[in-house]
Amino acid sequence: MRVREYHAARWSEPIIHELTSPGERGFIPPEAEEKIRARVGEASELVPASMRRREKPGLPELSQAQVLRHYLRLSQMTLGMELGIDVGVGTCTMKYSPKVNEDLAQMIAEVHPEQPEETIQGLLQILYEFGDVFLREISGMNAFNFQPPGGSAGAYNNALMMRRYHQVHGEPWRDEIVTTIFSHPCDAACPATAGYKVLTLYPDSETGLPDTEALKEAVGPRTAGCFITNPEDTGIFNKQIDEWTGIVHDAGGLCSYDQANANAIMGVTRAREAGFDMCFFNLHKTFSSPHGSSGPGSAAIGVTEELEPYLPVPVIVKRRRRYHLDYERPLSIGRVRDFMGNVQAVVRSYAWCMALGAEGIREAAEVSMINNQYLSEKLRRIRGVSLPFGGRRLDQARWSLAKLKDETGVGVQEVNNRLVDYGVQSMFTSHHPWLVPEPFTPEPCETYSKADIDYWVEALETVIEEAYADPELVKAAPHRSSNHNVADGGFDDPARWAMSWRAYQRKRGDER
Amino acid sequence: MAKHGRPHPYIPNSVPEVKREMLRLVGAESADDLYREMIPERLLMGRPMRLPEALPDELGLRRHVESILGRDVTTDDYVSFLGAGCWRHYVPKVCDVVAGRSEFLTAYAGGSHSDLGRYQANFEFQSLICELLGMEVSGIPTYDWGAAAGNSVRMAARLTGRRRVLVPRNVSPARLSIMRNFCASAQQSAGLEVEEVGMDPETGMVDIADLESRLGEDAACVYFENPNYLGVIEAGGAEISALAHSAGAESVCGVDPISLGVLAPPSDYGVDIACGEAQPLGVHMHAGGGSCGFIASRDEVRYVAEYPLRLVSVAGTSEPGEYGFGQALYERTSYMARENAKDWVGTTTALWGITAAVYMSLLGPEGIREVGETILQKSHYAAGLMAEIPGVKVPFKGFFKEFPVTFTGTTVKDVNKWLLRRRMLGGKDLSGEFPALGQSALYCVTEVHTLEQIDALGEALREALA
Repeated sequence: MRVREYHAARWSEPIIHELTSPGERGFIPPEAEEKIRARVGEASELVPASMRRREKPGLPELSQAQVLRHYLRLSQMTLGMELGIDVGVGTCTMKYSPKVNEDLAQMIAEVHPEQPEETIQGLLQILYEFGDVFLREISGMNAFNFQPPGGSAGAYNNALMMRRYHQVHGEPWRDEIVTTIFSHPCDAACPATAGYKVLTLYPDSETGLPDTEALKEAVGPRTAGCFITNPEDTGIFNKQIDEWTGIVHDAGGLCSYDQANANAIMGVTRAREAGFDMCFFNLHKTFSSPHGSSGPGSAAIGVTEELEPYLPVPVIVKRRRRYHLDYERPLSIGRVRDFMGNVQAVVRSYAWCMALGAEGIREAAEVSMINNQYLSEKLRRIRGVSLPFGGRRLDQARWSLAKLKDETGVGVQEVNNRLVDYGVQSMFTSHHPWLVPEPFTPEPCETYSKADIDYWVEALETVIEEAYADPELVKAAPHRSSNHNVADGGFDDPARWAMSWRAYQRKRGDER
Repeated sequence: MAKHGRPHPYIPNSVPEVKREMLRLVGAESADDLYREMIPERLLMGRPMRLPEALPDELGLRRHVESILGRDVTTDDYVSFLGAGCWRHYVPKVCDVVAGRSEFLTAYAGGSHSDLGRYQANFEFQSLICELLGMEVSGIPTYDWGAAAGNSVRMAARLTGRRRVLVPRNVSPARLSIMRNFCASAQQSAGLEVEEVGMDPETGMVDIADLESRLGEDAACVYFENPNYLGVIEAGGAEISALAHSAGAESVCGVDPISLGVLAPPSDYGVDIACGEAQPLGVHMHAGGGSCGFIASRDEVRYVAEYPLRLVSVAGTSEPGEYGFGQALYERTSYMARENAKDWVGTTTALWGITAAVYMSLLGPEGIREVGETILQKSHYAAGLMAEIPGVKVPFKGFFKEFPVTFTGTTVKDVNKWLLRRRMLGGKDLSGEFPALGQSALYCVTEVHTLEQIDALGEALREALA
């Protein structure tokens, strides 16, 4: 297989404000009818004088085709999953989002969330059944809710349920949670936002997992619970996970399972049997809803019977073949988001599950796991690449380019900058801290064919060969991407950073 | 796929020969063997999942879902007067085209070269929303207005080192519930205290005297909304900010950005941290899935350092005149700092931010004013029409887009049932949320409503109350 002579679109597109042409306009809103205007008079008179806008906002002035062209050019300079082989973007499960599901999700585009229940029975049915039929079986949990609008919001939601649970049970002093360093950062940050003190367990250098003894030492009378990803970001599955949840339970805590990325274990192993009280699935990862350049996503939160009363409101319930939004739940945490969450993601995920059924979902899990074994077999043979910690990985693995860096001076950042010259998306490195030096975390989910994986490995291997042969070539990359290296962006310098065009004009306008 | 004897179109390596070859290459007999190596037997499911029969053919799947969702009413079918945090506005087709582009729809966490366009579109959202708000810093938008307000008051608390957050009673109860969650803490003594400030029952605005009496040296901020949940324009915004500042507190304000062609930007009335909901800017309602919260402030280090959001900054590259992008003070974020981060950040609503950028670019300074004027005129026409009906009162003047309507001699529930039979969705029932307003409903009228539709509403209400 040969790598392609790819070149990204490079439009050198100005910022939209620079394209302004006074007097042009891209859209004409509807006007109030003559009768209305005659009756109510000038619009500005309807606003209290103190609150009238005096100066026009500095929005750009462009005609419609020019606005469209600008954003199409920006889209062309974005290597979305549908155009690339996103094997390198691990922990994200860059799977195919079936296009037909976009049409189906669009059916609710003009539905208002406060419509009477009887007018949205179809939507409520899909929400109810996706939780009650599909996710209950996949997780073993008892009830689901889709209000958290992203994975981290799911972890936050679970922290709030934990907080409420301990308050209700008269143990408000429980203010510590335990997590592991290879659990997603949200498993530390979200409980911290909810006020928890976070204890983080670090891995044993052999197994890649924290020692069970370390957990025993970490828990105590102040333990509210644990937040754990399994398999962890390393792809390593903690075989003692049921013992771990037992230890936390014995200490009086609850266990929250971060299943944002559960792609290799659907139909294989479940939150219930591992002893968790709560879990969440990212519908924009495991269940195929598109990532949308980073949202809108959705976390489906699942709980045991005992935690069900704490779910955010509204909860969709079924009574006498009708679906209802239940707000009368005195133990509920209230809301983590307005309305019912990003329900369009649920419609897509429901359709994805219906297209696959039990066998297909299990097949997706198996193939994603086998794909990772195959990818691992190939990566192992590339010089400069190593896999810290022992053992087989499930859906992804955290590899290291430390040897390459030592031998060539080229690290993962430079490799990423060169990889994009071959039409391959930058790899996900690792969350911080980088316990694995010069890390990368590929995840070849079921979407990718053997040929896709072969191409991806070929591209990576080509870059690594280049690093050994001509490190400067790689360090100066990208060469064929949409722009060039940002060596010193001033992103931590208040005098130079600019989060808006007006700030840029003020600080650095003379550079143009 | 064993059952149908053919591979699934979403799973290329489900071709049996390919799967076997890959297993052979990794030295395994079966997937089960590999799983048993990684997961202890006692945790394996050990039985097939019990799920509904699959619908692998696309037409069958389409028909199945359409048969369920097709029963529902949408606001295309019935004329809707619902708002209350999610509003029907017209979405220009170009917004849909850009939001539906494969590249933006399916990108996620790529680098700033291969995803240059995504970074630039994020930056342009920040730039454009800042123009409407009169601010200089914003970030990739968060989940919704409630989350934006929750983050904003926490920023204010960190900035001031104080723990009391003043919130008037004319904000959305759902948003307030979200904010209360953000403010509470598992540390019994560490949470922020949300204290309610009165609403002037005559105007629907903040009760300034009550606010003044509650402000003190321990107040972190005043959070208020403009227009507020009841649609009322907070004419005393400058006074509220001045009072907050005189107590050393921050002024935090939530706004509806589609009002900002006609309403003053929050920077004009002393607001330090502005937040709000970008869904009106070209994003469909999606049954509530269109929400998109934003936060903005002046460009001062003390504010920038407290943002939880990813802040995209523009820069140059090694090529003169070329733009590059990166993230400012990235070490603040939970991706870097874990439990020591400023709250948390994650997958939020970037696609809706990009869509809103398209909307703001299309409308420009004139369009955003015109859409605001149309909304003002149509909503005031509707309110005037309804106020003339015996048994109907419109308690507040000086509103934008939404206004409570109070019924005497009947209930909102009965009125809405009556309207539903006439293919209309009446305003949101406020009788639970604001019992002091009696049998009131929150009506929303935007640029999408026609004169005929508003007149028909008036006619139907007249009959309902006759």
